[in-house]
Amino acid sequence: MATRHAIGIDLGTTNCALSWRNLEDGSGDVGSIPQLTAPGTIEERLLLPSFLYLAKEGEFAAGALALPWDKKATYTAGEFARAHGAKVPTRLVASAKSWLSHAGVERTSPLLPWQAPAEVERISPVEASARYLRHLAGAAKASRKLDPQSEEIILTVPASFDAAARELTTQAANHADLPNVTLLEEPQAALYAWLEKVGDGFRKQVKVGDVILVVDVGGGTTDLSLISVTEREGDLQLTRMAVGDHILLGGDNMDLTLAHHLAQGKNLDTWQFAALTYGCRQAKELLFADAKLKKAPISIPSRGSTLIGGTMKTELTREDVTRILIDGFMPKVDITELPRTARRTGLTQLGLPYAQDPGITRHLASFLTRQSRIAEGKSFVHPTAVLFNGGVFKAAALKDRVVEVLKAWLAQDAGVPVKELEGADLDLAVARGAAYYGWVRHGHGIRIRGGTARSYYVGVEPAMPAVPGFEPPVKGLCVAPFGMEEGSKAEVPPQEFALVVGEPTVFRFFASSVRREDRVGDMIDDAARSEELEEVAPIETTLGGEAGKLVPVNLQAAVTEVGTLELRCLEKGGPGRWKLEMNLRTKE
Amino acid sequence: MAIGFLDRLKMAWRILIDARFAEEVDEGLKQFALARTKASDPPERVHASGLMLLATFQREGRLVDFLQQETAGFSDEEIGAAARVVHGGCHKALQQLFEIAPAVKGDEGAPMSVPAGFDSERIRLTGNVSGQPPFKGVLKHHGWLATQVRMPSISQTLDPRVIAPAEVELS
Repeated sequence: MATRHAIGIDLGTTNCALSWRNLEDGSGDVGSIPQLTAPGTIEERLLLPSFLYLAKEGEFAAGALALPWDKKATYTAGEFARAHGAKVPTRLVASAKSWLSHAGVERTSPLLPWQAPAEVERISPVEASARYLRHLAGAAKASRKLDPQSEEIILTVPASFDAAARELTTQAANHADLPNVTLLEEPQAALYAWLEKVGDGFRKQVKVGDVILVVDVGGGTTDLSLISVTEREGDLQLTRMAVGDHILLGGDNMDLTLAHHLAQGKNLDTWQFAALTYGCRQAKELLFADAKLKKAPISIPSRGSTLIGGTMKTELTREDVTRILIDGFMPKVDITELPRTARRTGLTQLGLPYAQDPGITRHLASFLTRQSRIAEGKSFVHPTAVLFNGGVFKAAALKDRVVEVLKAWLAQDAGVPVKELEGADLDLAVARGAAYYGWVRHGHGIRIRGGTARSYYVGVEPAMPAVPGFEPPVKGLCVAPFGMEEGSKAEVPPQEFALVVGEPTVFRFFASSVRREDRVGDMIDDAARSEELEEVAPIETTLGGEAGKLVPVNLQAAVTEVGTLELRCLEKGGPGRWKLEMNLRTKE
Repeated sequence: MAIGFLDRLKMAWRILIDARFAEEVDEGLKQFALARTKASDPPERVHASGLMLLATFQREGRLVDFLQQETAGFSDEEIGAAARVVHGGCHKALQQLFEIAPAVKGDEGAPMSVPAGFDSERIRLTGNVSGQPPFKGVLKHHGWLATQVRMPSISQTLDPRVIAPAEVELS
């Protein structure tokens, strides 16, 4: 029998990565990903840019988009998709992952590329993710001879992904014919990569009582997690205590901000603007790498063939980088400062719900203070160590700023200074950690526990007379407590639920990342207006049977081995069982 | 021996993805490749990888644009701005396609001894070339060696003569 492997997949907002691990001897590495870099040209890269280009028929020569595992491809993913898509934005699918977690749109319906002309055959965010997964599976098969259909796949998701977004990610994996998928939170994957790197030495670097803050700033999202170090029967234990909200803010925003700043007064087309953005990233990296440099030049190439004379010149100064990036994205703020939220109009909801406040440190302050229940009487949770992840932190100046801000907060609150854990490869750590987790699941090394990072509530409308103009408060019935482990179930104590057979029944559904004390069956007053609860996609079911009949039911929540949440209705004193589906279409 | 086009394509994919298969094929092809180039293949087919390299440097770093222009009428400033585009892009492409290292170890300008039986491909003697080894000299240029080659796999259906397509923007 063939050796089994774990395949780690980092399905990122702007880049994907792949890794593998032999489950017999523990050997493994990151895998290279063959992809088109030009029509008919296949090269291997360590990252697959998360871009899809939906080609027009006849746009390229026959077979020019073919891949070893997909000879008849009509679309392309990766480097060529990104490069060519910059010139044809209406056929380019980007940030599919952010759409996957956007409850304001119908995520299973074809809506990407957003604002494409009618002629373009759009795809759903789920299908876009499935296409990246198919490409990565093909790459694993081609370059490592692994069979992704029979191997164990560890697919990473942001810790901030709620139950619906996780469910959709699993659906994408199913569409891509990947049956054996387990989800893993990205900040945990980053910590696994660190654990793999330091080996047994981790006991020297962390001690019981430590609280590790993982700050993961990817291309498109900022993802925060707190992981505690405890002891049980003499062994160190790691427990993921809390995760942050979904923040659509990342390194791409930084490069774009610089580009917008430098583009002022220049007449650039979309391609040139993309070239400028790329140039800004290079220049920024130069300035961050060499503290003595005062400025870095950027050339914006001409569109036409007259390169000499047609190239525009600009430069990025250290002052720009400090003011725009460090002070703009990592401002020195007080722990009590909250992210600014701009008042939104209905129209802005149509696009992606980007974070309104670029201040990552403000989001961090909000995260640490919101988790007051685990702050042990202090005014915010005190992290003792910080692990950085994401390409953004190749810039030591940005890491230093976060550490400086954390230390200032801790000093004010009589805490001990935080120390930095030296991470692994910032671009590939999540993929590496994912495959390593596959090894850990087979009983090697230390496992991070934690279970679900949210508690979930079903909305119950109280029986009260209707009053015009007054929306009755909806109560939240806790159906899944915080920290439910994979493979566990929770029975909701008997409640008076009666479902009408033969008609769809819809429940409002709420989640909380801070209410960790609620037990199954607890009732929260006025869930819809609670600051601690967030309304997520509604759940619904249609009970088969004799129409119009009322069936009394109990609710049951289960966390699957995959890592998704399932809700079921069990008939009281009867054999009936119905699954409650998350309605992944538009949130009302 | 004749290999059909489809088989060739299949083989190209397999060679890309399977190193061992590539070695087997490589042996078989060595003689065959010679025979093939003698056949009626046009020069662009025979030298497709050379054209591919040009296409890569043009795509990534606009090298052909740069070399096809007269520089005489432009200021150093303008040439410099264009050269940054060429350098940035071609440097990246070069790193992706090859691993490049000096052909010999040693600092340029430092004395160097060249032993008997030296590799005359990697080391070229200049100046007063006479006497018997070991030769005493000064390293003027350390040379370059491609220690790894990672050429892309190219679809045989494409016309290798197209270094860069014309771009027509629709509004």
